[in-house]
Amino acid sequence: MSDSPALADVIAVACAEAWRGDGEIFASGMGVMQMLGARLARATFEPDLMVSDGEAFYVAGDLPIGGTNKTIEGWIPFRSVFDTLAGGRRHVMMGASQIDKYGNSNIANIGPWAKPKAQLLGVRGGPGNTVNNATSFFIPKHQSSVFVPTVDMVSGVGYDRAKKIGGFIAKRHDLRRIVTNLAVLDFATPDNAMRLVSVHPGVNVSDVVANTGFDLVIPADVPVSRAPTAEEMDAIGRIDPKGLRHREIPS
Amino acid sequence: MSQTRSKVITEDQAIATIESGMTIGIGGWGSRRKPMSLVRALLRSNVTDLTVVSYGGPDVGLLCAAGKVRRLVYGFVSLDSIALEPHFRAARQAGTIAEPVEYDEGMLQWGLYAGSLRLPFLPTRAGLGSGVMDVNPSLKTVKSPYADGEELLAVPAIRLDAAFVHMNRADSRGNAQYLGPDMYFDDLFLGACEPGRRFVSAEKIIATEDLLKEGTFHTLRINRAMVDGVIHAPNGAHFTTCEPDYGRDEAFQKAYVDAARDADSWKAFSDRFLSGDESSYQSAVTAWRAEVAAAKEASK
Repeated sequence: MSDSPALADVIAVACAEAWRGDGEIFASGMGVMQMLGARLARATFEPDLMVSDGEAFYVAGDLPIGGTNKTIEGWIPFRSVFDTLAGGRRHVMMGASQIDKYGNSNIANIGPWAKPKAQLLGVRGGPGNTVNNATSFFIPKHQSSVFVPTVDMVSGVGYDRAKKIGGFIAKRHDLRRIVTNLAVLDFATPDNAMRLVSVHPGVNVSDVVANTGFDLVIPADVPVSRAPTAEEMDAIGRIDPKGLRHREIPS
Repeated sequence: MSQTRSKVITEDQAIATIESGMTIGIGGWGSRRKPMSLVRALLRSNVTDLTVVSYGGPDVGLLCAAGKVRRLVYGFVSLDSIALEPHFRAARQAGTIAEPVEYDEGMLQWGLYAGSLRLPFLPTRAGLGSGVMDVNPSLKTVKSPYADGEELLAVPAIRLDAAFVHMNRADSRGNAQYLGPDMYFDDLFLGACEPGRRFVSAEKIIATEDLLKEGTFHTLRINRAMVDGVIHAPNGAHFTTCEPDYGRDEAFQKAYVDAARDADSWKAFSDRFLSGDESSYQSAVTAWRAEVAAAKEASK
């Protein structure tokens, strides 16, 4: 292994770390890096996780991304996904086109909902995900047009809104971490405002601040995101042999 | 022994029962196992002013492009391998869908399920605190009558005037079978629909006694009491997936998206593929494939 790991590999590990300690739940990744993270966590430090092929099956072993030679260990059609998330036995890592200080996220549209400047996907499962199961995010380009003071449409519920609902939802609301091309962030602050957890190798705290459209909580000491271990690099090679991660995050 | 009644009809016979202003549910998911031959027949009709309920893909895109959608109930509209549906985007950005109703995916399931159970609503947490409630003030909450007293979102029942789903196999009476990895919510679309216009298209129509030669009994989730009309539609889900009979026609889907970039190229695409009946569509697709293959060969 070279002394400086590729950024995409550092990010894959940072994504995998989102699921540390989750045990026997559905680790669901929406996108290449998210899927790699879930499978990497399962292949190394979190062996009881369930991962899917992205279609309708739970798969055992290290299925490469896009691989078709599956060992199916269970069936997870969309209806079962909805049941599983409502039961709380899932931690999903999604994308976001916008996200704010308390983790309200948007994949639906840019500009006013009534007549958007850019129609995106629609809210999809974001509202249900964020009030029912743990949710993390991977954002491939950290910039202030994504990290915004206010999102244009709340497709994923943030901490301020979850607290307003109160009760069951406020008690269990769990936005775990955000991994970007610059840094790892979370909401482990007294009022659940977004906090900088670590910066990737070669990134300065000031780079993150300059590319975030609101004030982050920045601890006195911000560590550098850790490099993959040799075992993790082996697993990354098995799960993403074609190097699809490098297309998302060029070195 | 009394004669059994065949429900086999054509796409155009099914569409002849549809009137402007109706609420239509379309099965499948994104660009997966969509009843496209029925959608294409609907495009050829004069019907307009529709409410469309769908886990949206090119069905929604095409109906938007044809200006037939007044109200759209959706959680997303996507082509899966191509994330954004160009005609849906254009329609939303131009504000031509008079009444968009955007739901969480699970809310849409709940609305259809409530409709199929003839309940006024079903409670859920999905949607609470989200923009779905900000933009749709008609959505109400309901308080649990039990000790927890939790406030939940009451998803109103969706009732349909017509439902279209595409299956792998069916018999002539409407017992239908999916052989792919996911039924999606096709049973709920049929269940939420008033009897009379519940239509199932199928890749093959086979004898009842042959259904279990195709797959296990677990695949028989649509029974004939849920179905009014059966349409024989080989390649009827094209260009969406219909596993295991065929996968998505990715090249054609890309051509569809490319054609949506401006009015001229969309007109050329519509003239070529969507101006005739279903058999003209299928022949035009076959000819297009041959052209693409020949062009590829020539460029070698």
